[in-house]
Amino acid sequence: MTTGTSGDVLLRATDVVKHFPVRSGSIFRRAVGAVHAVDGVSLEVRQGETLGLVGETGCGKSTLARCITRLYDLTSGTVEFDGADISKLGASAMRPYRREMQMIFQDPYGSLNPRRRVGSIIGDPFAIHGIASGQDRRRRVQEAMELVGLNPEHYNRFPAEFSGGQRQRIGIARALALRPKLVICDEPVSALDVSIQAQVINLLSDLQKELNLTYIFIAHDLSVVRHVSDRVAVMYLGKVAEIGPSEDIYQKGRHPYTQALLSAVPVPDPRKMEGRARIVLAGDVPSPLNPPTGCRFHPRCPKARDTCVSEDPPLIPRLGDPPIHAAACHFPVEVGEDISLSTPQISESERVIEGGLIGNA
Amino acid sequence: MALLEVEDLRVSFATPDGQLDAVRGLSFTVESGKTLGIVGESGSGKSVSTQAIMGLVRGARISGSALFDGNDLLTMDSEALRKIRGAEIGMIFQDPLSSLHPYYRVGWQIIEMIRAHDSSIAKDTARTRAVELLRLVGIPQAENRVDDFPHQFSGGMRQRAMIAMAMALNPKLLIADEPTTALDVTVQAQVLEVMKRLQEEFGTAIIMITHDLGVIAEVADDVVVMYAGAVMEEGARDTIFYDAHHPYAEGLLLSLPGYGTRERLVPIAGQPPSLISLPEGCPFRPRCPYAFDRCTETPPLLDVGDKDDHGSACWLPADRKARAGMRHQPATKRPVAKRAAKK
Repeated sequence: MTTGTSGDVLLRATDVVKHFPVRSGSIFRRAVGAVHAVDGVSLEVRQGETLGLVGETGCGKSTLARCITRLYDLTSGTVEFDGADISKLGASAMRPYRREMQMIFQDPYGSLNPRRRVGSIIGDPFAIHGIASGQDRRRRVQEAMELVGLNPEHYNRFPAEFSGGQRQRIGIARALALRPKLVICDEPVSALDVSIQAQVINLLSDLQKELNLTYIFIAHDLSVVRHVSDRVAVMYLGKVAEIGPSEDIYQKGRHPYTQALLSAVPVPDPRKMEGRARIVLAGDVPSPLNPPTGCRFHPRCPKARDTCVSEDPPLIPRLGDPPIHAAACHFPVEVGEDISLSTPQISESERVIEGGLIGNA
Repeated sequence: MALLEVEDLRVSFATPDGQLDAVRGLSFTVESGKTLGIVGESGSGKSVSTQAIMGLVRGARISGSALFDGNDLLTMDSEALRKIRGAEIGMIFQDPLSSLHPYYRVGWQIIEMIRAHDSSIAKDTARTRAVELLRLVGIPQAENRVDDFPHQFSGGMRQRAMIAMAMALNPKLLIADEPTTALDVTVQAQVLEVMKRLQEEFGTAIIMITHDLGVIAEVADDVVVMYAGAVMEEGARDTIFYDAHHPYAEGLLLSLPGYGTRERLVPIAGQPPSLISLPEGCPFRPRCPYAFDRCTETPPLLDVGDKDDHGSACWLPADRKARAGMRHQPATKRPVAKRAAKK
């Protein structure tokens, strides 16, 4: 991907791999296998843009976010932030970068300590990085509160005195207190009611403009991702299936998985729903302990052929797409093609569906 | 006669802070073979109302009536209610993992469900039925998976197993309380598909409780929009989606991201009220962009529009144009962040 939205590359992930060992035995705890949570992801995030990350439960989107922020150590691969390789830095060398990248979490109840006052929660980043203290810190915390639309006079309240939407604002104030460059929003509105969701989404986009923030936006609600993102990456089983400008992905997705995922989204518009062809995928997502050979999507893909079983398709532009739109598929979907009518061209026995199932819990 | 007729249902709890009115005069009907969608945000009373009907709410004061096939579920003794619950009315909940017992095999739990209501059914027969049910809801290799434990099932399979269990005795009514909220969209599509197919096959009536307007658009025939324990608007699905009258229903639809546009969203200002100290009059008044003098008086569910099944608890005129003229200026921009910009 060479051209893209304006701005320099702020973050570059190259071939990021994260495997979690599965251990067995009571004494030696030998590693008997590994969960391939993220399995070779390369992508770039440019200054000032929003990259949406979508995919089903267990596809590795949150793990990838945690690798990028180095909350997890990488198994292999590199992460460059602002031109510097941060993938092997130790805790203290990492600290200056932590200021620059912050996270907003899903659960506004679980991510705030119920026994601490809001002022002290939002003041944490200042305390940790030893930036401001005393009156100065208080002033800056209240500024952060004002920034996200909280009343600065509520400095001494406890999280329990706030509603879900307001708590999410507290989380946002904490993340933005040190004016980071990159903010990773991990399902920031999923726990909120619809009417409150819109308030928080508007807030995030206002703040992006005001502070020139760069977002990585993870959500399972595909219409929210479409609304906020400049570019979208679709992940499946630890790999990027497709990446490109958000309207390209939503309107002419090349990867059959992209199409299936989008066709499954219920649209709050009954008349639009009626004419829509839905691609219902067979079976469940295979186990990341033992991912399928070749293209990881082949066991569920309506367009699968023999090549898909043997060869892993590279993530490259397909069918004359611009360089910023890439799909990992040997037989990409053409415009106007209805893949709900396709049938796989490989024998059933070659499609290794049962590889164990991942749990949802 | 409708299959289920709920009339003026009220549910309240005594709390240390005062009486909490969770449901305040809810009425709706469900017809055989149809799907009623109940949509509302957290705290709107959508779940607690159906739980109260099923006798699953403890420590609450409940009044009103809920006629199921002509019998009032609310005054029925617990023994009679137990016979109906499960057999005549099946239920599916949001979280399939906590609704299935982790220590017992999935099949065993379905068999127990069948035999609890009719102990004359032999174990073998019940087991055959369990396999049949799992196959019906699309569990692959049902004859083997019937002996699996719940943890061996994926999230979608568990929810399908729950549906199998709820459908085991061929109920007339299925109450589905956020059945797909915990699932991925692809799995949600599968589960909704299964429910639709079962409804076509067996003519089961469904009450679908959800906060997701997309799901409502997909499955519901009729829709009830709840807010703060009361019905704000009710009508046929398309009426609600394309001809909503109540400002809350309109606000919900407007606050959704548009398909393909990145325009600023239009949220509903403010927050839902506390159910202990509700505002006087219409509960939506403090957030309503149309509120006027008369709103301090609680509006009943009024007939609006030419369709007789379209009701709205709002004093605004039925005519769309007249209504639009009464809207206050759209909410102004956020009055913050000026200081931050200066920095």
